[in-house]
Amino acid sequence: MRNVRFTVLALLVAAATFAAARLIDNAYVFFAGYVVLQYIVLATAWNILGGYTGYVNFGTAAFFALGAYTTVVLHKTVLVLPLPAMMLVGGVISGVIGLGMGYLTLRLRGTFFSIATLAMAVVAQTLITNWNFVGGSRGAYIIRPSDSPIFSGDYIQYLFVVMLLLSVISVSIARAIQHSRLGYGFSAIRDDELAAEASGVPTLKLKLIATTLSGGLMGMAGAPLPYYVTYLDPASGFSLSYAVNTIAMPLIGGTATWLGPVIGAVLLGTLQQVATVTISSALSLLLVGLLLVGFVIAAPKGIVGWFTR
Amino acid sequence: MDLSLDLLGNALVSGLLLGGFYAAVTIGVSISFGMLDIVNIAHPAFIILGSYTAYIANSVFGFDPILASIVLLPAFYLLGVAMYHVYDVSFERRGDASIRGLAFFFGILFITEVTLVLVFGVDYRLVDAPYVGPSLHFGVIDLPLRLLVPFLVSMALIGSLQLFMSYTFIGRAIQAVAQDPMALRLMAANPSRIKRIAFGLSIASASIAGAILIIIQPVEPSIARDYIGRIFAICVMGGLGSFSGTVVAAMILGVMESLTSTFYGPSWSPAVAFGFLLITLAVRPSGLFGRS
Repeated sequence: MRNVRFTVLALLVAAATFAAARLIDNAYVFFAGYVVLQYIVLATAWNILGGYTGYVNFGTAAFFALGAYTTVVLHKTVLVLPLPAMMLVGGVISGVIGLGMGYLTLRLRGTFFSIATLAMAVVAQTLITNWNFVGGSRGAYIIRPSDSPIFSGDYIQYLFVVMLLLSVISVSIARAIQHSRLGYGFSAIRDDELAAEASGVPTLKLKLIATTLSGGLMGMAGAPLPYYVTYLDPASGFSLSYAVNTIAMPLIGGTATWLGPVIGAVLLGTLQQVATVTISSALSLLLVGLLLVGFVIAAPKGIVGWFTR
Repeated sequence: MDLSLDLLGNALVSGLLLGGFYAAVTIGVSISFGMLDIVNIAHPAFIILGSYTAYIANSVFGFDPILASIVLLPAFYLLGVAMYHVYDVSFERRGDASIRGLAFFFGILFITEVTLVLVFGVDYRLVDAPYVGPSLHFGVIDLPLRLLVPFLVSMALIGSLQLFMSYTFIGRAIQAVAQDPMALRLMAANPSRIKRIAFGLSIASASIAGAILIIIQPVEPSIARDYIGRIFAICVMGGLGSFSGTVVAAMILGVMESLTSTFYGPSWSPAVAFGFLLITLAVRPSGLFGRS
C-alpha cells in the first residue's frame, strides 16, 4: 500500500515538473531536463546492483548503448513501433545480457565482476563498430518525428515525458526493493556474503535478479537515445562518461537508499548541464571526476549520510 | 600458400614481440592487483602519463624516450607512494576498500585522462628515436626495431623486478605481505610500509611502460581504456602476481591479437583481449597457471 502511495506521489511530482517545464516554454529546458532524467534512471539502476548488493558495475555504457542500438535496429526493420514498445525490447535485451554476464562472473569475487563489466563494454563496442547494418563506426542517422504523438507539442517534449515516467517507474522499483525481503537479502550480501550464504540467503539468485533488473533499466534508459541525438555512433553511445556519471551520482548522493542516486543525479546532472554551457564539456567531466574522488574519500555515506545519523 | 605462410610467420613474430611489451604494461598491475590485492584500474592512465612525460622529454628536450623514462622513475615512484598513502588512510584502514576503493581508482583514471585531454588535446603524439623507423630482416621475417627494442626493455624491466623480489629483503617482504599480512606484522614488519613501497614500484613501472608504448604506437589520452582489458586479462590469465605467468599470458594474448588483426582486420583485435578475459573468468578464474 505504501508503495502505491509513493508511486502516486512521485507521479504528482513528475506532473508538476512537466507543467513547470511547459510554463518556461523553452526547448532547451526539455533537452537539458531529458539528460538529467536519464541520469536519474541510470543512477537508480546502477544503485540496485552497486549500492544494495555491493557489486560495482563499470559497464553502464554497454547496457545503455545496447538499448540505444536496439532502437536503431528496430527503427530500420520494423517501421512503425511506438517508443515505449522499443524501450521494452531494449530493456529485455539488456536485461538478458546482464543475466548472462552475471551468471558467468558473479560466482567470483566482486572485483572480478567489476573488471568483467569493463571488459564487456569494450567487447560490445567492438561488435557494434564492426556491424555495418547499424552504421558501424560511421554511426547511424535517425530522423526524429517533428511532433509528439500523444499531445500537442514538440517531439522532445514527448521524449521528456517518456523519460519522466521511466524515472518514476525505476525510483518506485528501487524504493519497493529497499523495503522488501529482496532488499534485505541484497544488503545481507553487501555486508557479508559468506555469512548471508551460510544463513540460507540464495546469494547467486539474488545477485542475478539485481543484475538483470539493473541492466534492463539501463537498456530502457538508452532506448530513446537515438531519437534524442538523431545521430548515434559507437564512440558516443559507449562513452566512458556514462559509466563515470552513473557511479559518481549514487556515491555522491549516498548508496544505501533509493533517495541517494536521485539527489546525486539531480545535483550532478544539473551542475554538468550548467557547466557544459558556461565553461566547457571537458571541464565539467573533470568536475565529476574530482567530486567522485572527493566524496569517496571525505564523505563515504554521501549527501544522504549528512542528514541521517 | 607461400604468401600466407609468410604472413603467418610475421604475425607470430610480431605477436610475440607485442606480447613482450604487454608484459611490461601488465607487470605493475601484477604487483598491485596480484600481490597487494589493490584493484588499481587507474594503472593504464599512469602508463599514458608515462607516455606523455617521455613525449615531452623527447620533443621538447630531445632526450631518448627510454632514457628519459628511467630518469623519471623516482618521480613515478613517489607518485605511487603518495597515492597509496591516500588509499591506505581513506579506505584500507576503514576496512572499506571494495566499492569506494574501486570508485576512487575509477575517478583517478578519469581525472588523469580528462586532464591530459585538457593539456595536450586529443591529437595523436609520437616520439622520435633512431630505432623507430628501421627493421631487421631474417629471410621472410621482418623484425621492426620499433617492436624489438620495447620487447628487450620490457624483458629487462621484468627480469630486474624478479631479481629484486627474490633476492632483497624488501622484495621478499612484498611477497610475504601478499601471502599473509598478519604473519608479517608478527615478524615486526609494517605491512603498510611494505605495501607503500610495492605500490610505488608498481606505478614506477608505468614510466617505462609508457615510454615503450609511445615508441610502438602514437598515443592519445583515451587509449588508456583499450589497455584496461588487456592488462587485467593478462594479469588474471597469468595467475595474479606471478611474473613468469604474466609474461607467458602476455605473449599468448599478443600472438592471438596479432593473428586476429592480420587475418580478420585490426578493428577486431580489442575484442580478443576481452573475450579472453571473459572466458578465463568464466572457466578458470585462477588463471592458466594458478592452482585452482
